[in-house]
Amino acid sequence: MSRAVAVAGSTRTARRLGATELVWLALAGVVVIGAVLVAVDGHNLFSTANTRDMLARSSLLGFVAIGQTLVILCRSLDLSVGYVMALCSLIAATTMNGDPARVPLAIGAVLVVAAAIGLANGLIISVLKVNPFIATLGVGLIIKGYLDTEYQGPAGDVPSSFQQFGYSRIGPVPLSTIVMLAVAVAGILFLRKTRTGYHMFAVGGSEDVSRLSGIRTGRVIVTAHVLCAVAAGLAGLLLAARFGTGSALVYDSGYDLDSIAAVVLGGTLLMGGRGGIGGTIAGVLILAVLDTVFNILEVDPFFKDVLRGVIIVAAVAIYARRQIDRKASRVRFGGDGGSGGSAPPDPVPDAPVPAGSTGGNA
Amino acid sequence: MTVTTSQPTRRQSAGDLLGRLFGGGSGTVFALLIVVFAWIFIVNPSFAEPPSLMAFLKQAAPLMILAIGQYFVIVSGEFDLSVGSLVGAQVVIAAALIDGEEGRTVPVILLMLGFGILVGLVNGLITTLLKVQSFITTLGMMLVLYGAIRLWTGGAPTGALSEAFRQPGRGGIDMAVVRQLPWALMILAGIVIVAVAVMRSSYGRTLMATGDNERAAAFAGVRVWRVRTLAFIASSVMATLAAILIGGYAGVTAQVGQGLEFTAITAVVLGGVVLGGGKGSVVAAMAGALTLEALFVLFNQLSLPSTIRPAVQGVIIIAAVAYAARERARPRHHQEVPSQQQPNEA
Repeated sequence: MSRAVAVAGSTRTARRLGATELVWLALAGVVVIGAVLVAVDGHNLFSTANTRDMLARSSLLGFVAIGQTLVILCRSLDLSVGYVMALCSLIAATTMNGDPARVPLAIGAVLVVAAAIGLANGLIISVLKVNPFIATLGVGLIIKGYLDTEYQGPAGDVPSSFQQFGYSRIGPVPLSTIVMLAVAVAGILFLRKTRTGYHMFAVGGSEDVSRLSGIRTGRVIVTAHVLCAVAAGLAGLLLAARFGTGSALVYDSGYDLDSIAAVVLGGTLLMGGRGGIGGTIAGVLILAVLDTVFNILEVDPFFKDVLRGVIIVAAVAIYARRQIDRKASRVRFGGDGGSGGSAPPDPVPDAPVPAGSTGGNA
Repeated sequence: MTVTTSQPTRRQSAGDLLGRLFGGGSGTVFALLIVVFAWIFIVNPSFAEPPSLMAFLKQAAPLMILAIGQYFVIVSGEFDLSVGSLVGAQVVIAAALIDGEEGRTVPVILLMLGFGILVGLVNGLITTLLKVQSFITTLGMMLVLYGAIRLWTGGAPTGALSEAFRQPGRGGIDMAVVRQLPWALMILAGIVIVAVAVMRSSYGRTLMATGDNERAAAFAGVRVWRVRTLAFIASSVMATLAAILIGGYAGVTAQVGQGLEFTAITAVVLGGVVLGGGKGSVVAAMAGALTLEALFVLFNQLSLPSTIRPAVQGVIIIAAVAYAARERARPRHHQEVPSQQQPNEA
């Protein structure tokens, strides 16, 4: 068992470096091109206001995407994050109700509720064996039903002391971005240094192999979903701090699909087992930089959607292109449990599986 | 080791005739369908009369058609998130180009079909040749279509549909018993027959094999990229047909088609089709769509507050899929290939 984990670990580090570097390179490219375009238009992308705008945009999506990364690494998916955010912003605002003394209580309540939702997601997926797509969509719909019934408009009141979380900043960097980056660092350490973190890569790589290697896969998946929901809860808190009130309609803003796009843009495979939070943060920043650049250039909001779609697909296509060969060899490498260093190209290692069918064909 | 554990399960299901007919786990959807219909009949006996049943089917036809299209893509192991946007785009295109003139109906419908094929082709080629996961490809396509259509029309849909265009969605043949036999139902029946025939043809089996195990299928001589691209095209064409029906039935609004992709995927999964590919039947997928629509009717009949509906829907889809998963011991896509491969080569 220890050998299997070690192999998974070494595979991961080698790969992650390449993928993450690529994403950060892409981010640098986007920043440079954006800066040039903005400069041609007679503005400065790096002015304090614009930098603040970019970072503030990234913090909200950042929280959600960090959680989403963990879930996607386990070959799962969370489509309920938008609803969790909306619910948490409402819980925070109504619990605080304008009283600064109730802020800790509200934060506690948000974290407990978010964790409970994550637990429900995780248990439905791991115990009831419901496909994550349906499980989280269903849980999201349940929350939506509750929100639509209970809250017709904005509700609650956030005391100004807590609104500081949304607005105060240190230099040009908003406090919320710093908190988000701290959470990201915690997440990276979690994935790299803890046993559960390693297990997430293993479960995402192959649930059956992990189970046979003695990993309690159910617990790993549940943990990932709880952490993801808690991260979405943090995003909900930030939302409450920014708006000064709780709002149910946030779930329409597409944070679920946006966070998945950011994660995939960050080089994490949707099929699980590869990727990391470092890349995700770069993915989030790319989306934020794009948004800011479009805003400065006053691009038509509908054209923005078109460009976003094209850029996401194009970026992933480029990663895929660069990773095809590497991926093929890695799959085999992780797959046969490190049976040695032999590295003949693609088809040969696959031979054991389809031998029968190829024979039948001949 | 995985292979040995999953083998007995496969054998059993293959031996089961019903399982062969309707695919794994689809018993649930038919049972659920009967329960929902029985409940509706109890609450409102007049719903059982042929005219209201026909009206119900007319309303349900677009989602069933979308589910059939989505089924092709899902069974090949992919996703199509762009169908909702595509339906919206097609309706808006139709309204803008027809602009109320009867004579333009047929050319515009042909153009829409062409556009649908193009969208499916782009989805398919980006997914298969550029190796972008279909979730991302079609998510991108969804954003592009959503933005492009609004950019083109300046935010709000313009123009009007012609009377002839609206016929398939709302019209029908007047008859004695059912009062009106809707065109939508006949179109649906035609599509179902074609879809079942396609799934029984060599293409259908190849598609199933590709979804079950892409590599093994490729080694057996399947041109995976072509098979999958065709599935995407089928999905987009179905979305176009659904758009014609929806546009006819409900008219043009800016929100047409919003969220339909999730409803369609839900319907397919409710029908016992496994996300990840290789399992499930097209009839069951369609039954899933019918069940969802029947549920919406039931909610109406029970005069449930509209806000609570999503919650009930969420509980039911989770429960149904969990129940189906329990029947199907281990729903992981690690099945060995040979049992799928043989019919394919015959």
